[in-house]
Amino acid sequence: MKGNEALAEAAIRAGCKCFFGYPITPQTELAAYMAKRMNKEGGVFLQAESEIAAINMVLGAASTGVRAMTSSSSPGISLKSEGISYMAGSDVPAVIINVQRGGPGLGGIQPSQADYWQATKANGHGDFQLLVYAPCSVQEMVDMVVKAFDTADKYRVPAMILADGLLGQMMEPVSFPEINPNAVDKSSWATTGHGNKRAHNIVNSLYINATDLEDVVRERYERYAKIEANETDAELYQTEDADVLVCAYGATARVVKSAVNAARAEGIKAGMFRPKTLWPFPKKELNEAAKNASKLLCVEMSMGQMVDDIKLAINCSKPVSFFGRTGGVIPTPAEVLSEIKTLAAQAE
Amino acid sequence: MTYDILLAGFGGQGILFAGKLLAYCALIDGKELSWLPSYGPEMRGGTCNCSVCISDEPIGSPLVLTPDLLIALNQPSFDKFIGTVREGGKAFIDSTLVETKSDRTDIECHYVPATQMETDANLPKAANIILLGKLLKETGMFSEETVRQALEKCIPPKRAHLIDNNLRAIKMGQEA
Repeated sequence: MKGNEALAEAAIRAGCKCFFGYPITPQTELAAYMAKRMNKEGGVFLQAESEIAAINMVLGAASTGVRAMTSSSSPGISLKSEGISYMAGSDVPAVIINVQRGGPGLGGIQPSQADYWQATKANGHGDFQLLVYAPCSVQEMVDMVVKAFDTADKYRVPAMILADGLLGQMMEPVSFPEINPNAVDKSSWATTGHGNKRAHNIVNSLYINATDLEDVVRERYERYAKIEANETDAELYQTEDADVLVCAYGATARVVKSAVNAARAEGIKAGMFRPKTLWPFPKKELNEAAKNASKLLCVEMSMGQMVDDIKLAINCSKPVSFFGRTGGVIPTPAEVLSEIKTLAAQAE
Repeated sequence: MTYDILLAGFGGQGILFAGKLLAYCALIDGKELSWLPSYGPEMRGGTCNCSVCISDEPIGSPLVLTPDLLIALNQPSFDKFIGTVREGGKAFIDSTLVETKSDRTDIECHYVPATQMETDANLPKAANIILLGKLLKETGMFSEETVRQALEKCIPPKRAHLIDNNLRAIKMGQEA
């Protein structure tokens, strides 16, 4: 199954009832799959007139408590920013999928990871965070969509799957485990019609009184603190005795794993740290992975974005270098291996 | 067993389908695998290629840069990729459409006039599968039964009549 199709199928199985999208390469198979399946599943597929319309439809649908999703690729996600900020400000849970391509601007259509900052720091205006999951295989795309819906509902925050064109387009074997979406009671806030039997539920992000808004934001940050304490996830590969720790996420981590294996075959103690959640960033896990490393290397399909979070998480206690390809170019295992060797040689 | 396979040709020659068939064979035999297409505007009438990795171990990078096995269905693909084949690797070349020969002595090159053969046998668009048949013969990667099951997976039921044509094409390739 293609990555894009797996994302769609997983969402349907996780109880997603509304999908609103707008076509863009390299995520279009996702919307096409939804178009084919949603009606049969008793849900709604709607191709909106624009990305902005699609995200606002998600806001509207999710406000009624149903599981809703939209997907796009980098330039389309920028258009959705306003709606994402409104969703965060209204405490509306939903899932947004970004199958990243090269940027900025219209950029290109080949795989990229240049939206890390956007996803983890500034997906719209205001004080807010998104849950951000970074799959590295088609199977993880399935697992993370389910996780994203459940966690978004649990904390009433929007969640993003940050994938890329390589993962979206590739085909791998995938299994769909028995999925039991967590049934979350949303009756305290969802706008489902009060039938003159209770007070109105209001979904809103406007607070004219500054202290009111401050209270609302502070309450939201208490939830963020719980998320940071409970929801981090990472893969540690060959890190126990690693001297050179290579950090990468998503498709790049696959390339890095090949390079780490090649380095090990040459007797270099290399390991890999792969965050599966980008926000909350798995700081504890990184420090554990880096405990015996003398230096770190961050590899991304960008000019260097996650590398900042790596440095922050270890308090700059060790040297962190960076290797990246951008514009849609995928780094090769040989390039990464050569970087690892250069670093390993410096140690002696 | 690990095979990094690159299939390349014009859009429309069934490059992606041939790759998918290999991927399904691997799936049926319980191997780890990945299938990655080139995607983009170059696919329309231009060159198209597809990376397939098959292994007993989990697949790292799914992008094949130095293939063990290459299928080249046109001249531009041959020119671009023949130099990338790993030492000791094998290349399967449609010699109807590729007029040149490789001067590499460290790889095995199999020249099969697949496009001519599909015309002669009145099996349109089968050059991809004919070359795949040759690849299966030379590597012994998958049994005939595995290939049949994979075809049943790749070809939708309403086109089931194409399964026999594909099996014929594979046989032609094996005997070429």
